[in-house]
Amino acid sequence: MKSAVIVFPGSNREGDVLRALSQAGSQVEKVWHAETALPSGTDLVVLPGGFSYGDYLRCGAIAGRASVMDAVREHAARGGLVLGICNGFQILCESGLLPGILMRNANLKFICHRQFLRVERNDTAFTKRYAQGQAIDVCLAHGEGNYTADAETLRRLEGDGRVAFRYCDATGAVTADANRNGSMNAIAGIYSEKLNVLGMMPHPENLIETLVGGTDGRGLFESLVSSVARAA
Amino acid sequence: MIRNDVAITPQLVKEHGLTPDEYKRFVDLIGRTPTITELGIVSAMWNEHCSYKSSRLHLRGLPTSAPWVIQGPGENAGVIDIGDGLACIFKMESHNHPSFIEPYQGATTGVGGILRDVFTMGARPIAALNFLRFGEPDHPKTGHLVSGVVAGIGGYGNSFGVPTVGGSVGFHPRYNGNILVNAMAVGLARTDEIFYAAATGIGNPIVYLGSKTGRDGIHGATMASAEFDDASDEKRPTVQVGDPFAEKLLLEACLELMKSGAVIAIQDMGAAGLTSSAVEMGAKGNLGIELDLDKVPCREEGMTAYEMMLSESQERMLMVLKPGMEAEAEAIFVKWGLDFAVIGRTTDTLRFVVKHQGALMADLPIKELGDQAPLYDRPHVPTPPRPVIAPDSVVAPISDAEALIRLVGSPDQCSKRWVWEQYDHLILGNTVQMPGGDAAVVRVENGPKGLALTTDVTPRYCEADPVAGGKQAVAEAWRNITAVGGTPLAITDNLNFGSPERPEVMGQFVGCLKGIAEACRALDFPVVSGNVSLYNETNGQGILPTPAIGGVGLLDDVTVHASIAFKREGDAVILIGNTEGWLGQSIYLAEICGREEGAPPPVDLAAERRNGDFVRQLIRSGQVDTVHDCADGGLALTLAEMAMAGGIGASITGEIDGLASHAFLFGEDQARYVLAVSQEAATDLLYEAAAIGVPAALLGVTGGASLILPGEQTISVSALKTAHESWLPDYMAGKA
Repeated sequence: MKSAVIVFPGSNREGDVLRALSQAGSQVEKVWHAETALPSGTDLVVLPGGFSYGDYLRCGAIAGRASVMDAVREHAARGGLVLGICNGFQILCESGLLPGILMRNANLKFICHRQFLRVERNDTAFTKRYAQGQAIDVCLAHGEGNYTADAETLRRLEGDGRVAFRYCDATGAVTADANRNGSMNAIAGIYSEKLNVLGMMPHPENLIETLVGGTDGRGLFESLVSSVARAA
Repeated sequence: MIRNDVAITPQLVKEHGLTPDEYKRFVDLIGRTPTITELGIVSAMWNEHCSYKSSRLHLRGLPTSAPWVIQGPGENAGVIDIGDGLACIFKMESHNHPSFIEPYQGATTGVGGILRDVFTMGARPIAALNFLRFGEPDHPKTGHLVSGVVAGIGGYGNSFGVPTVGGSVGFHPRYNGNILVNAMAVGLARTDEIFYAAATGIGNPIVYLGSKTGRDGIHGATMASAEFDDASDEKRPTVQVGDPFAEKLLLEACLELMKSGAVIAIQDMGAAGLTSSAVEMGAKGNLGIELDLDKVPCREEGMTAYEMMLSESQERMLMVLKPGMEAEAEAIFVKWGLDFAVIGRTTDTLRFVVKHQGALMADLPIKELGDQAPLYDRPHVPTPPRPVIAPDSVVAPISDAEALIRLVGSPDQCSKRWVWEQYDHLILGNTVQMPGGDAAVVRVENGPKGLALTTDVTPRYCEADPVAGGKQAVAEAWRNITAVGGTPLAITDNLNFGSPERPEVMGQFVGCLKGIAEACRALDFPVVSGNVSLYNETNGQGILPTPAIGGVGLLDDVTVHASIAFKREGDAVILIGNTEGWLGQSIYLAEICGREEGAPPPVDLAAERRNGDFVRQLIRSGQVDTVHDCADGGLALTLAEMAMAGGIGASITGEIDGLASHAFLFGEDQARYVLAVSQEAATDLLYEAAAIGVPAALLGVTGGASLILPGEQTISVSALKTAHESWLPDYMAGKA
C-alpha cells in the first residue's frame, strides 16, 4: 500500500501518522501542499494534524483551498481513500469533502487527554480490525473539535450510517461527560457518502505502542493496509 | 520619528535605564557623545537582562563541566552528549515581567524564545516544560493571570508542535505583584551538527531571516530589568506578540538550511533583538559587523534605525552564510514563505557599524559592548538563620486524615490537570511519562534511549535558608530524575530574585548560588545553561527567592523505568532514607498550622547520592517499577499520590518510636523515596540496603480502596481523588 501524507505550512503531526502507517506496513511519502498531483499509485491520502496556516482564519480554511487539494478531491471522487485527522478533519470540512464544521470546544479551551471512542461500524476500510461497538482508547488534542452541522445534515449522517466514531466512556456508553468538546450527537468522526473519506478529531496515531500508552489506535491503520491489500 | 542627532540629556540617559556612572563609562569607552541610536544600543546591551551585571561575578562559582558536557553556559543553550552520536540541547528562560503585564502574549513569547534558543543550535525541539508561580488565589489578579499564562503556553507550544510534558505550578502572596513564567525547551541534534553563534570569515554575508521587524517590544529587555510600580500596566506596549505559526516555519526552514551546509553561524533575535544578536555574533567571532538597515524587512513604514535596532519582534534569526550560497538559502526560505534578506557583512575592523539611508547611525567597538559592560559586586548580607523547630513542639490541630485530605486539595498540592490538559503533551508520540509523575519521560527518536525531565525548587526553603534551599532545589531535580530510573546529567537554572540593589536580596542570590554549586558538584550535575531574572519586585516587595532548576537525565533503555502509581495489591511499601520528622518550613506547618516558620530541612548530599544511586539501580535492574520521591507534604502526601495514581490503597503500619504521627507522616526530611515491590523482592531489597548502609524500612502493604494511616485512620482513595482534582477547576470556575 502507498500512502501520501500532505504537509501544509503548520502541519505538525505528519511524523506521528507517518510512523503509524509505516508500522502497519504502508509505504509513506510526504507531499508538499504546493504540489498539483499525488504520487502515482497513491492508495491513501492523509491530511495530518496541526495548525495549517496557524489556524488564523478558520481552522482548515486556507489549507482546504491549497493547490494539492484539487488532486485530493479527484482521488476521493475516484473512490480513493482519504483520512483527515484533527486539523485534517477540519480541512476536509472546509474543502467540501465532508459536511459540517468544527467549532471551538464547549469550554473554549484547548484540551489534550486520553479519550474512548465507540466504533459505530466495522465494515469500512478504516475499521475492519475493530468490533462494532468496541470502545477504543485514543488521544485527543484540539481547541476546535466541537462537531456542528444543521439538522438535515445530521439526520442524513445518522440515517446513512456515516457516523464513524462517537465519544464514549470505557464501557462504550455515550455520555455527556465523555463528550468534552460538546460535539453534536457526540460525533468524533464521520464518513463521506461512499465511505472512502474519513474525518476524525482524535489521534489514533498517538496510541500505537504500549510504551506510550496503548495500542488501540493501530487497528485503524492495519484496517487500511489490509483493505488495500485485499482490493489489489 | 526619532532623528539620530537628538541631544543626549541626563533625562534621556535615565529613561534608557543607565545610571550616570554607566553612561560616563560608555562615553569614556567611545571617546565622544553617543548618537541616540548608540545610546539605544548600549542600553540594550548593558541592562541587567542582557549583561548580567549584578550576577556575573557570582555565576562564575557554578560548576559547568563534565565529560558529557559539550557546551556549557554562554551559548544559546547548553549541550550534553547522550551517546549514539546524539546531543541533548536545552535551556530554561524567564518571561516574568511581560507575563504579568499581558499574560497570554508574555507566556507565548517566553515559550517561543526558548524554543528558538534550542533550534538555533541545530536541534529539533522534542519537549517543553515550565515553572510557574502566581500570587495568592484570593488576589484579584491571580485567576486572570493563571488563565492567560496557561492559555499562552498552550497556544504557542501546541501550534508549534512540541509536547509540553512537565512543569510546576504554585501560589504564594509574595508573587502577587510579580508572577514567574519560566519556560524550558529540550531538543535533539547530532553531535557533529551543532551550530554556534560565533561568526567566522571576513566579508561574509549576514542574513536576516523570519518575520518582519515592527515596533513591538522596543525596550522589552530594559523593562525586564526594572522593578514594577502601580503604573506597570502602562508598560503593555513593550510586550511582544508571538506567532507560533511563523516560528514553526522558521524551525523547518532553519533546519533545512542547516542541512544544506550553508550556515556558518546563527543567532536568534531574542531580548534586544537585532542589536544583541549582531553584537554577539561579531564579538564571539572576533569580527566586526556592518549592517545596512535599508535592507531589513520591516512591517511598518518609516521605522528609524533606533527602532529597528531595539525592536523585539519575534520569530527572527540572524545568520552568517557561506559566501556564494545565498541563492540556495533564499530558495529554502521562500519555499517556507519567510523573509530572507542580506543585511550586512562581517568585517575585520572589530567595529559595530550601523548605516541607514546612507547615513552612519552607529559606530561602536563591538567587543567592548559585551566585555566592558558594567560588573557589580553588589553589597550582600547573609540571611539570618531561622530556629530549628523540634517535631514535638508542633501540636497537631486536626487529625492526620483530615490534614491529608486538606493538603491534597490545597492550591499548591492539588492536581494540576486543569493546566496540563491545555497543553498538547502527547504530540510526537514519544511521551512515556505524562505530567503528574516525578519527572517526565520522553523516548529519544525510536529508542531505546529516553530522557527524564523535571523543573524544581522549593522557594520557601530558599527564603528561610538560601544555601540549604539552593542545595535542595538541585537535589530534588536529581531525585525526580532518579525516581523514574534516569541518570541525572545536567541542569539549566532560572534564577528569579527581587532587586539586587537590596543587600538582603543579593544575600539570597549569593546564598542560593552557593548551595546550587555545592549540590551540583556533589551530585555530578553541572549547570550548562541558564538565565537570571532580577528586579522581580513591586513597590519594594520582592518575590520569594526562586532559583528554578531544570534537570535532564538519561535512561539507557526507556522501557525500563518507574512511575509513581501503585500497580498491584499486596506489594510491600518501603521507605528509603532517614526520617526525623522535620516540620520546619513544611507544607503541614504552613497549611495546617498557619505558620511559615523555622529552618528548612537540611540536605545531606552524601545521603542523597547514596540513597538515589541505590534506588536507580533497583529500577534499572528491573527489581522495582513503582517509586515516588518524598518531598512537599512528606510521606503522607507521597503515599496519597501513589494511591491516587494507581487507584489502589495501602495500609501503613510502620512508625518511629517516640515520633508523633503527624511529624512522621508530614515531616519533609530529604533524600527519601517510597517504593512498592512484591513481598518476596522486599526481603532481598531490605537486606541489600542494610548491606550498603542505605536506610530502608517496611511501611506497610498496598491494597484495598483506602489509605489507612497509623492509628487506623482510614481515608478512601476516591475521597482523596475528589479533593485532589476539584480545587483548581473549581477555583478557575469561580467556585473555590
